[in-house]
Amino acid sequence: MDRDNDRYRLLTRRSLVLGGIKLGLVSTLVGRMYYLQVLESDRYTMLAEENRINMRLVAPSRGQILDRFGVPVAINRQNFRVVVVSERARKADRNLEQTLMHLSELIELTESDMKRVMREIRRKRAFVPVTVKENLTWEQVALIEINAPDLPGVSIDVGEIRSYPFQGTTAHLLGYVGAVAESELNGDPVLSLPGFRIGKNGVEKYHEKDLRGVAGNSQLEVNAVGRVIRELDRKEPEPGRDVTLTIDIGLQQFVQDRLTAEDSAACVVMDAHTGGIYAMCSHPSFDPNQFTQGIPADLWEELTTQPTHPLTNKAIAGQYAPGSTFKMVVGLAALEAGIVNTRHSVFCSGHMDLGDHRFHCWKKHGHGSLGFVEALAQSCDVFFYDLSRRIGIDRIHDVAKRFGLGQRLELDIPGERSGLIPSREWKRAYLGKPWTGGEDLNASIGQGYVLATPLQLAVMTARLVNGGFAVKPHLTKQVERSYAEQTEWPSIGVQKAHLDLMRQGMWAVTNGPTGTAHKARIPEPGYELGGKTGTSQVRRITMAERSTGVLKNEQLPWRERDHALFVGYAPAHNPRYVCSVIVEHGGGGSSVAAPIARDVLYEAQKRDVARGVALTAQAPAEPGRVMAPPIATVGGQRNGG
Amino acid sequence: MTIAIDSREPSLGLGAKLQMLNWGLVLVVCALAAAGTGLLYSAGGGWEPWASRHLVRFATLLPITIAIALVDVRIWMRLAYWIYLIVLFLLILVEIMGHIGMGAQRWINLGPIVIQPSELMKPALVLVLARYFHTQTLDRIGRPLVLLPPLALVFMPVGLVLLQPNLGTALLLIMTSGAVFWCGGVRLWKFLLAISAGLGAIPIGWQFLHDYQRQRVYTFLDPERDPLGTGYNIIQSKIAFGSGGLFGKGFMEGSQSQLMFLPEKHTDFIFVVLAEEFGLVGCLAVMALFMVVVVYGYAIALSSRSQFGRLTGIGLTTSFLLYILVNVAMITGLIPVVGIPLPLVSYGGTAMMTVLIGFGLLLSVSIHRHTRISRSGLHEG
Repeated sequence: MDRDNDRYRLLTRRSLVLGGIKLGLVSTLVGRMYYLQVLESDRYTMLAEENRINMRLVAPSRGQILDRFGVPVAINRQNFRVVVVSERARKADRNLEQTLMHLSELIELTESDMKRVMREIRRKRAFVPVTVKENLTWEQVALIEINAPDLPGVSIDVGEIRSYPFQGTTAHLLGYVGAVAESELNGDPVLSLPGFRIGKNGVEKYHEKDLRGVAGNSQLEVNAVGRVIRELDRKEPEPGRDVTLTIDIGLQQFVQDRLTAEDSAACVVMDAHTGGIYAMCSHPSFDPNQFTQGIPADLWEELTTQPTHPLTNKAIAGQYAPGSTFKMVVGLAALEAGIVNTRHSVFCSGHMDLGDHRFHCWKKHGHGSLGFVEALAQSCDVFFYDLSRRIGIDRIHDVAKRFGLGQRLELDIPGERSGLIPSREWKRAYLGKPWTGGEDLNASIGQGYVLATPLQLAVMTARLVNGGFAVKPHLTKQVERSYAEQTEWPSIGVQKAHLDLMRQGMWAVTNGPTGTAHKARIPEPGYELGGKTGTSQVRRITMAERSTGVLKNEQLPWRERDHALFVGYAPAHNPRYVCSVIVEHGGGGSSVAAPIARDVLYEAQKRDVARGVALTAQAPAEPGRVMAPPIATVGGQRNGG
Repeated sequence: MTIAIDSREPSLGLGAKLQMLNWGLVLVVCALAAAGTGLLYSAGGGWEPWASRHLVRFATLLPITIAIALVDVRIWMRLAYWIYLIVLFLLILVEIMGHIGMGAQRWINLGPIVIQPSELMKPALVLVLARYFHTQTLDRIGRPLVLLPPLALVFMPVGLVLLQPNLGTALLLIMTSGAVFWCGGVRLWKFLLAISAGLGAIPIGWQFLHDYQRQRVYTFLDPERDPLGTGYNIIQSKIAFGSGGLFGKGFMEGSQSQLMFLPEKHTDFIFVVLAEEFGLVGCLAVMALFMVVVVYGYAIALSSRSQFGRLTGIGLTTSFLLYILVNVAMITGLIPVVGIPLPLVSYGGTAMMTVLIGFGLLLSVSIHRHTRISRSGLHEG
């Protein structure tokens, strides 16, 4: 027992030491608690606040696009969606499938809809809403709301969806919006918002920055897994800026409707003095509204395989041999070079021989002797063959460039193509062969290598009739409230007398008794149009065919028929509207393209009258005394009502 | 060997034993379990999923605790080696099961109960060491050879637990054993020698640490190093702790706990919920309850008439206190993250079972505090 007493005393002593150490450790912990909870409390309180607060971006609503008179052509429509939150649907006594079945009795849900919803629900957290169906009608919304008690976890959510009320009429012009691609992410955080759409083409793409706006943000209290508990603060997003176009949507619609009669066509209507585009159509078109929520595969397949290329904006991306519409440029090149004067005349026997090649005029037995005005009016080929032999391709090239051909015109939508004006240097560089004399002749009637877009032809026409000013085409009139339109243009340096001569010839094309487009004239005084027809071959006519008689267009398959072209302006005495029309494989310029241009230019002028805009009071010009367009009044004339 | 039952200490009747039971300690233990239930209620946002089960579990285990307490302490002493061997066997079993392709496991699944042998080893080791030192005189304890068997008793399970690998529990086992060795009378210089040997082994031991264990040490040294990875737990824990302030944010009002920033809030980090919602005042109150338990433990140990009872009491009390020290030091960022729950408060079956078995044995020592047991040990029959 004594021994045990020793052990006991030792144990007591040592357990007290042990207890002392433990007390020290416990004191350390209490000290630590005091440090964290009293001394450092403020800092940690702040950190806790930051922890639970999450900044979330709020998408700005996209700016509208308006026509020149303020008619909205691209708007944001309210998009009612029905969404389901799976955890709430499950909490109730019924399960998710039953709820969805019940929902499908109210609104139509396909098998694949159901599958997609179930798949998304499995993938996402239980509190994340999953979209069941979009674009609900008011009736469907009401039906769901009424049945809300039977649909646990189902709710209606309102979003915005881009909508194009004029559908196909504006498709090529405005483009459309679509989901952001990986390559388009550029650091703007709003782009990574789910469901955010950006401009993919046309005005939507070109003005993306203005239209997009600035994201707002919302301070949300969230938990560690991101569930939103409540909103604490909110900074409203800054909506995108509205973009006003130079387009007159009424005219645009008229033109699009007018083109519908043809298989494939394009038309540009532009202001001769400002370069503002009133209408720009490409037919056939597509409905951009089908694109905003992702393009259905079968529709895409259909659009991309059609020979008429509905997705292409042929007005800026279609490149065609301009045919006879190019003749004014050739004429001016000769006049400007000083090689011929305004009274130059040529005898047309129906063909011209060069080496062992015979170049035909479109009129088999020839036009006889004619000057510039008649040569344009009757579109004599030999006259221009003769000019081109005197001046060569490089002079034509130089003048054509000054008229805006063979280059991109910096139009404010993407997709413009440059066309082609050949030169000796070009041929050597790209084809590695020297230029031949026969190619001069082909180029002089807008064939051969020469290619132009309808937009370039409209610009060419504008520069011909506006007194020789280098207008450039544009679609943007103003962004929000600031005007963005350039109306003053430098001269292209072509003598006025020479331009006047060309205009005389173009006047005669429609108004002269021998004009190729005499049938397409506007007989109403004050509304006359001038212009130039063009028919461009897309195939080679062989000697054999010529000997048995050239086949008529109707006898050829569609793809081999001629393109029909027309460039025109109106009113003839004081040109304001210029217009270019191309009908792919449409046949003759005078019979197919000219009537379209006539209808379009007449409509354009009539619309002014309907708005009460007084046309500049001036007598119709006589063919012999074409007067210069009154540039000084351009500013006042521009906007109309 | 014979069991020397003192003639002055007759076996007690059931009623007498119940009267002798330290009801004060039972009450404090109940209070702690109640505090745990309240915090789990807050952490889980209601009775489900944790609070009700915690309470049911406690209510089921408490009678077992009392039953253990009513068993004569001499029987526990007699069974000490058997218990130890069984638990050691279980430890080897989980190790083997881990090796034959079931992945690293620390527990054995017995239907409704999941047993973690490394947890059960804590009271078992205390019992076996107490019994060993009970039979040794101070003189004999002075001899190094006599210390070899108890060292083997300690390092066999410690080695197995390290293999699992479970560094936290291994260290806890070593420290608990250290307390028994110390109070059993092992010389101070031997401790100093062991400690310096241990420190010297750290660089070697570092080589054997698993990557995740090294990561924990790195994270401890600089939690901001990887704020969303391994440092996340400790940063969020400190934020919750500190933002509680003096009086806390109120019951179920802790943004860190309620918004689920806090990891493992129902198990190892339950004390953080308390700290955030009840502040320093709440922490001190619960700490005070723990200290009351420790003081009871010491009083029971020191009032026992047998060396076995005293050493068991001190060992179990130390083991209990170590849980608290390590857990609170961990969640306040003082030591690396080791998976040690807060006894009676954290949700989790095995830990609660271990702790309540410990209290059962402690109460048994308390009830039988007047029982003398001769040094020479026990005798069958």
